[in-house]
Amino acid sequence: MSKNHEFYWRRLHSLLGIIPVGLFLVFHLSLNFTATGGEENYNNSIGIMELVPHWLLLIVEWVVIYIPILFHGLYGVFIAFTATSNLQRFGTFRNWMFMLQRISGVFLVIFIAWHIFQTRIQKALGADVDFNMMEEIVANPFMLAFYIVGILAATFHLANGIWSFLVSWGITQSKSSQKVATYVTMIFFVLLSIIGVAAILAFV
Amino acid sequence: MTTAVGTGKTVKMEILRQDTEGGQTRWEKFEVPYRPGMNVISALMAIQQNPVTADGQKTTPVTWDMNCLEEVCGACSMVINGRPRQSCSTLIDQLEQPVRLEPMKTFPVVRDLQVDRSRMFNALKKVKAWVPIDGSYDLGEGPRMPERKRQWAYELSKCMTCGVCMEACPNVSEKASFIGPAPLSQVRLFNTHPTGAMIKDERLNAIMGDGGLANCGNSQNCVAACPKGIPLTTSIAALNRATTVQMFRNFFGSDHMVD
Repeated sequence: MSKNHEFYWRRLHSLLGIIPVGLFLVFHLSLNFTATGGEENYNNSIGIMELVPHWLLLIVEWVVIYIPILFHGLYGVFIAFTATSNLQRFGTFRNWMFMLQRISGVFLVIFIAWHIFQTRIQKALGADVDFNMMEEIVANPFMLAFYIVGILAATFHLANGIWSFLVSWGITQSKSSQKVATYVTMIFFVLLSIIGVAAILAFV
Repeated sequence: MTTAVGTGKTVKMEILRQDTEGGQTRWEKFEVPYRPGMNVISALMAIQQNPVTADGQKTTPVTWDMNCLEEVCGACSMVINGRPRQSCSTLIDQLEQPVRLEPMKTFPVVRDLQVDRSRMFNALKKVKAWVPIDGSYDLGEGPRMPERKRQWAYELSKCMTCGVCMEACPNVSEKASFIGPAPLSQVRLFNTHPTGAMIKDERLNAIMGDGGLANCGNSQNCVAACPKGIPLTTSIAALNRATTVQMFRNFFGSDHMVD
């Protein structure tokens, strides 16, 4: 990393977390939610992807998903490991959120790597990504638990990430606006978690 | 100083000792005569008079920094029962015993409770935390500062570079280069001053370098710990907005000057 550009890398990290990674998460979980309408409903909705030409899908995947997530994840791990926890001395709400953001982030790097291996890479190797595939994955109770924790980590990380995005870009400055942002982002966390967990449970 | 009051009570203390910079640390227990209204410094002075541990072993006097004794210089900060604060304004009566004293380890420990806060002073130089008024001729009077603004800026000017916010911050440590909350808030203070604002772009660009403003992780411990009640996190958020504008101005702006 070139000298004296840390500010821009950090701002880029903050921005990419929302656009496109955060938007992608909302889109992804919403699409998964169609599984609550049954196997056929889900297969139909993800079938829309098949209509997109393969080369275009690959470009979109790399530009909108893989590269931003890779940068956000790897730079985020660097950020997480430069922090020193002091929750014993400062057990405040914000300090907890600070640590949880880092813990959930590091966990997500592991979870997402596994998730991509289990679905996207298998597809590249010839497997079909459909209702059946997920059904087989979550038939294992450990995998189901791993996925639920992964989904909750992702929804939390995004919700709290929106809160820090608002501070980091100087949108919420006052104490009261930051407080309101806390409530709004936590409601968002709960709603998105319901969508995400309901979706994974639909495969059980 | 004598212990003439003779209350018969004692104060139990535990102090993290360290003889040299980077040397081994050890806990030592002390028991000093209690006097009403004692602060942590007067307890340390009692140890200095009679450097004997609680189990009767002779030891070296404990060293610490102090100066004003009225919580305005910031020199006597240390970690008292887990919280960084000033030892002059911390009263023994309000503490649980044993009173545990440690140096603020986010700074290099010089000896015992003495730390080297140089990184804070260097940071103030880096961000030009002053109002530049020197010239080769008389620059005359500067612009007037609105009274309400002055009153508000006074709150930010209470910073005494004590280092408590640095100790409380999870992102300030030897393994991280973060400049820390105190110098950042000073940027806001001097960018508020009408004459100081004449170089506000230089200050903003200084905190947009490595280890600058963007390394804040929003744990908000600083504002909880600050003994002067300085709105450090509001300062940081305000600077976040100012640097967002400065970032675009640097790239898209027709020139890089102030205003």
